[in-house]
Amino acid sequence: MRNQSSTFKPARVASWLLLVAFTVAFALPLVWMVLTSMKPANQTVGGVTNVLPTPIAAVPQYVTENYTRVFTDPVVDFPLYLRNTLVVTLLSVAGTIVSSAIVAYGFARVQWRGRNVAFGVMLATMMIPFPVVMGPLYVLFKELGWIGTFKPLWVPAWFGHAFSVFLLRQFFMGIPRELNDAAKIDGCNHLQTFLRVILPISKPALTVVGLLQFVFVWNDFLGPLIFLTDRDQYTLALGLQLYQSQTGNTPWNLLMAATTIVIVPVVIVFLIAQKALIEGIATQGMKEA
Amino acid sequence: MSEQTFKHKRHEDSVATGLMWISPWLVGFAVFLIVPLSLSLYYSLSDYPILEKPVFIGLANYERLFSDPTFWIVLKNTLVFSVVFVPLSTVVALGLAALLNKELVGWKFARAIIVLPTLVPAAAAAMAWLWILNTDVGLLNRMLSPVLSVFNLGAPAWLQSKMWAVPAIMIVSLWQIGQSVLIYQAALREVPESLLEAAELDGLTGARRFWHVTLPMISPVVLFNVVIGIIGAMQVFVFPFIMTNGGPGTATYYYSMYLYDNAFLFGPQMGYACAMAWVQMMLVGAMTWMLFKISRKKVYYRGGA
Repeated sequence: MRNQSSTFKPARVASWLLLVAFTVAFALPLVWMVLTSMKPANQTVGGVTNVLPTPIAAVPQYVTENYTRVFTDPVVDFPLYLRNTLVVTLLSVAGTIVSSAIVAYGFARVQWRGRNVAFGVMLATMMIPFPVVMGPLYVLFKELGWIGTFKPLWVPAWFGHAFSVFLLRQFFMGIPRELNDAAKIDGCNHLQTFLRVILPISKPALTVVGLLQFVFVWNDFLGPLIFLTDRDQYTLALGLQLYQSQTGNTPWNLLMAATTIVIVPVVIVFLIAQKALIEGIATQGMKEA
Repeated sequence: MSEQTFKHKRHEDSVATGLMWISPWLVGFAVFLIVPLSLSLYYSLSDYPILEKPVFIGLANYERLFSDPTFWIVLKNTLVFSVVFVPLSTVVALGLAALLNKELVGWKFARAIIVLPTLVPAAAAAMAWLWILNTDVGLLNRMLSPVLSVFNLGAPAWLQSKMWAVPAIMIVSLWQIGQSVLIYQAALREVPESLLEAAELDGLTGARRFWHVTLPMISPVVLFNVVIGIIGAMQVFVFPFIMTNGGPGTATYYYSMYLYDNAFLFGPQMGYACAMAWVQMMLVGAMTWMLFKISRKKVYYRGGA
């Protein structure tokens, strides 16, 4: 709050109004989605004045009705898709954290010839568009007998996720080297140093990696679309699309309720860990710095 | 100084130890990237309907691409999307970042609201926007109609209109711009205050100062984000797949969608799809290379990094 009250500047007020306008514009789709999910179908259409559900007192009843109908839909099994998504997400997050931490240690704390070249190759792989490999990956997973299981979606996460490795390497390199040397004098080898020295003080970085991976897997659409062939294995993102397209005229209030269900977990994660997530996301553009 | 250089160059550990530590990534790299890429190259030279074994046919798939009108349509659509969307999103993200960095009342709340959509699953974002953009009962047209009717204009049919479908997809994509905003915000903060003050003393203010001082200072970050943006835009998929399914006509039919259709639906023709994939990768690679080349003189790296 720097001298805002003492120097009133019209330019600053104009900037502020612009900021407010942008904030409203960015919030509107989500606000409108939630509002629609709290209305009966016949109130979703109408002029711009029909903003709030009426009567307001009936909102709990509308909400219960809409969300219950989504959760008990005879064709699109949202509770099952929620469970599937959780399974895939948790296995991926665990795999990413474990494998990326190990690989990052190898890039940050083990001094070996060829390390920088290998690291450069790893960074370069992040530039390869997924559509380029999705066809042959499907064939590969089919040969492995993985099509029809969740494996294509979580097993690769156990082999180091390039961006997570990058993030953790940055963090590990920031840990004073003296800690390594001290551990060495105490007779610790790399494995012991990794487990006893590096990991315990890296919890914040490991959390960021886990959170980003959670959001990434939860949001993935193309992976499940290609690798999940059985409807019983759909994730929420796929289920949502199925729900929207199955009849072609799903009532908007129910579709928005289903959409809200898919979004809520990510919003909760964001609210809990906003600071860590914002820092993690911001780092994503600093790869070369 | 010399001691540090010496220390830095010394390799305390054997290559074997290093490889052992990075072995999870090495195995994954080989199995989930090198193998598919090699397979893809082989398939691209084959006729491969998935259910039968691939049959080598040389460059026939690549030749077919050049005479395939749909290929040219999706290529044109994708290039147009990239060339319009990447600069547009860069300007909007930079503008928002600069606006947030003024640290006006409530800026942290505003930042949270702007970042939140980035975390929303693309499929869910598509649904929320289908509802907003609905021609007859969508919120956007409900707000626009009264204004437009003053000028005797009808509201756009957005996703059903050849003219407005692409802008609509771009609007939805812009909604998920939060990550770039955060990155630019961090970069703008790194610009030394003293430099900005010196520029002001030299009579540079506002937009001119931004153009001549701030932008050169953050140019490495801008370049990097533009490259990432191009790579992303060249594989645009989820929004058009869910919201328009390529339509109306082929207005929003993009490269990755046609590739997907060839690989999994039309036939399927995995060989043809893989030829498309290699062309896509070479295009993205060429564009990245060109960007780095062109920007070589324009990008300022501090401390000769």
